[in-house]
Amino acid sequence: MSSGSRYWNLFRGVVIRETLRFIQQRERFLAALVRPLMWLFVFAAGFRAALGVSIIEPYETYISYEVYILPGLVAMVQLFNGMQSSLSMIVDRELGSMRVLMVAPIPRWFILFSKLLAGAVVSVFQVYLFLAIAWLFDINLPVMGYIAVVPALILSGVMLGALGMMLSSAIKQLENFAGIMNFVIFPMFFLSSALYPIWKIGEASPLLALLCKLNPFTYAVEFIRFSLYLKYDQLSVGVVVICSCMFFLFAVQRFQRT
Amino acid sequence: MSESMPTVLEVLNLAYRYPEGAQPVLDDVSISIGKGCFHALLGPNGAGKSTLLSLITGLRKLQQGRISVAGADIEQQNMRALARMGVVFQQPTLDLDLTVEQNLNYFAALNGLGPKQARQRIADELERFGLAARRKERIRQLNGGHRRRVEIARALLHEPELLLFDEATVGLDVPTRQQIVDHVHQLCVEKNIAVLWATHLVDEVFDHDKVSLLDKGKIVGRGSCSALLAEWQAPGLRQVFSQLAAREYDTTEVEL
Repeated sequence: MSSGSRYWNLFRGVVIRETLRFIQQRERFLAALVRPLMWLFVFAAGFRAALGVSIIEPYETYISYEVYILPGLVAMVQLFNGMQSSLSMIVDRELGSMRVLMVAPIPRWFILFSKLLAGAVVSVFQVYLFLAIAWLFDINLPVMGYIAVVPALILSGVMLGALGMMLSSAIKQLENFAGIMNFVIFPMFFLSSALYPIWKIGEASPLLALLCKLNPFTYAVEFIRFSLYLKYDQLSVGVVVICSCMFFLFAVQRFQRT
Repeated sequence: MSESMPTVLEVLNLAYRYPEGAQPVLDDVSISIGKGCFHALLGPNGAGKSTLLSLITGLRKLQQGRISVAGADIEQQNMRALARMGVVFQQPTLDLDLTVEQNLNYFAALNGLGPKQARQRIADELERFGLAARRKERIRQLNGGHRRRVEIARALLHEPELLLFDEATVGLDVPTRQQIVDHVHQLCVEKNIAVLWATHLVDEVFDHDKVSLLDKGKIVGRGSCSALLAEWQAPGLRQVFSQLAAREYDTTEVEL
């Protein structure tokens, strides 16, 4: 058997397993959808009247708050999926099933990379389901944007998955996970451009605006936002790619044998 | 029988200590296992059996000594060595939410098997272990004995030359344990596989098996079961084990 097909078979196996796990864990499936939908239909609806969003890139006209918040919620779906993957890695490690993966005759970096990409693929499924529901409720995007966003979704899914993987390599006990997740998810989400444009945050507090600019999640949101409107934001792409590589390399290094 | 057979597992002068530990967990351990040989690694809890297995599987880095599997050095040719071994860990490692077949498919893929090849091997192994009718059942629905059988079937999918068992029968009732031990002995003969069976349960070792007695990280006895009994002047392995436990007790008293 050629080594190319060995690698491909492993990758295929990991993607199928992660997808099956996601489909069979119905509560996880439901939670992945309910969370952003609550934000979209409850939070955003309430804020619509209070918050006006002026014309900013990539938008060419005034938009409703629901439309503004949509890319942020897409990234939130991916953020939670990345954290969920890291939780399942910690559980796998505690239960011992991670060992099966670690004794596979394939380099460890490739095994972790496959797991990462598999997680990103699962997050793309979730995102499209979320976008479909939003579309049913008249929150529309440019038609071509639904296709153009795929690379952004894969890359941001990889970045957030790699962040989760890095955290899972550092968290030694399952009990610590919830605390650390709160410490990661909420600051990442709120200190970003997901809910408000950074210029608007800057009006209230320049320090908060600076923190948003230092947050890699902001760039995942903007990468998705620009891609949905068939535009390209070089800075966002660059930050997402660099952060993905850094988080992943850190995780690989932590998963090496001792 | 096995001495004339080609060596499948060669462990030479292995020593290991945990980064945080002052005492060595393994000290000058050597084991050699030939094709078709069932080799029991017998030792009390904390003897270093699991550490030895994690070194053989490459989960831990070697500090001193050498390990080769079917001629492939675990450090230099890690992938080749791993491809030749199957492992059944002490802790269950199956995915409870997936079916028997899905679990096996996943493992086949991890070992690089394509879908067609995997389908055939899975069917063969499920048949061998009497699990064909349960292939669509989730692991969660199976009892402990069946789960263990699935894990052994899984370890055989890529046709390894060496099978490693780390306390594989822990938590199972006596009849199930016996069935599994019998089955693995049978595998040695049928498939000519070398087996390293780590256990602290003396009744899992047959008279004709090769035994390495591990205590506090050192091999304190090795050879055929009968040679070991002669060396320790004991009527059975149980008594040898009692002597080891007594020695442990003496040491503890001195240390106190």
